[in-house]
Amino acid sequence: MAADPAARPTRSASDDEGFKRELVQLIPHLRAFARTLCGDPAAADDLAQDAMMKAWDARASFQMGTNMKAWTFMILRNQFYSEKRRSWRQSQLDQEAAERTLVAVDDPEAPVALDELRQGLAMLPAEQREALILVGAGGFAYEEAAEICDCAVGTVKSRVSRARRALHAILEEGSYDRDGASAGDAMRAILADAERLSTVR
Amino acid sequence: MSDDEDAIRGRPPRKRNADSMIENMPAPDSRKPSAALDEARLRQQAIGVRLRQMFDEVVNEDVPDEFLDILRRADSKTAENG
Repeated sequence: MAADPAARPTRSASDDEGFKRELVQLIPHLRAFARTLCGDPAAADDLAQDAMMKAWDARASFQMGTNMKAWTFMILRNQFYSEKRRSWRQSQLDQEAAERTLVAVDDPEAPVALDELRQGLAMLPAEQREALILVGAGGFAYEEAAEICDCAVGTVKSRVSRARRALHAILEEGSYDRDGASAGDAMRAILADAERLSTVR
Repeated sequence: MSDDEDAIRGRPPRKRNADSMIENMPAPDSRKPSAALDEARLRQQAIGVRLRQMFDEVVNEDVPDEFLDILRRADSKTAENG
């Protein structure tokens, strides 16, 4: 049973089992990330499923113990952009889809401020939105986000900071259009909610 | 090396997580020159909380059975092939 470092390690059933267990736990996160990238929830789930299967098929190349979340997010993102490149029509629909996804939440209970935030996000350039979501919502470090987006750490930092400023300005100025809500309403609602949430936590 | 120097000067370790900062925010009514800056920071943090909430909303949804079915099928195919 001497391990030969040059030999490709053979995978055991328990390796696969461990991988699968970890992958299953990541599905909710993959769905959430997919939802922020592409069109309606159904298309997002298709993307998340494709990414999940790509990860499963590539399991031999994954080093257990390293960050599987970042690895699967990278797969999902690559899948998203390669699909987009394959279909030129998709890119035309992209903006429409982004607006539809981030805006259309048919939940009357959904807090107003969340709708405003979705609209604000839809107005950001895709690369800024993606960076902000990974770091601000996905819990990734800048270094991990840079790996996922295949760019320099400094680039992620500047994208996140530009996205934050832009989002703040959008919410503050009320440059979205929603039932004629007056400027600053969204920001006030967000502040109020944040205050409530931070006391709950 | 610079880490050591920081430690000698007693600088606190840098934190990445903004959550702890939200809870430890000074009272916003302190009318210092930095009040505007604090206010801006507070707003950014509020957006951050919202952003996480938006993401977590989907994370907390039930995963459609389809996901696990697909994975189970792929897994059993692997088992058959050895």
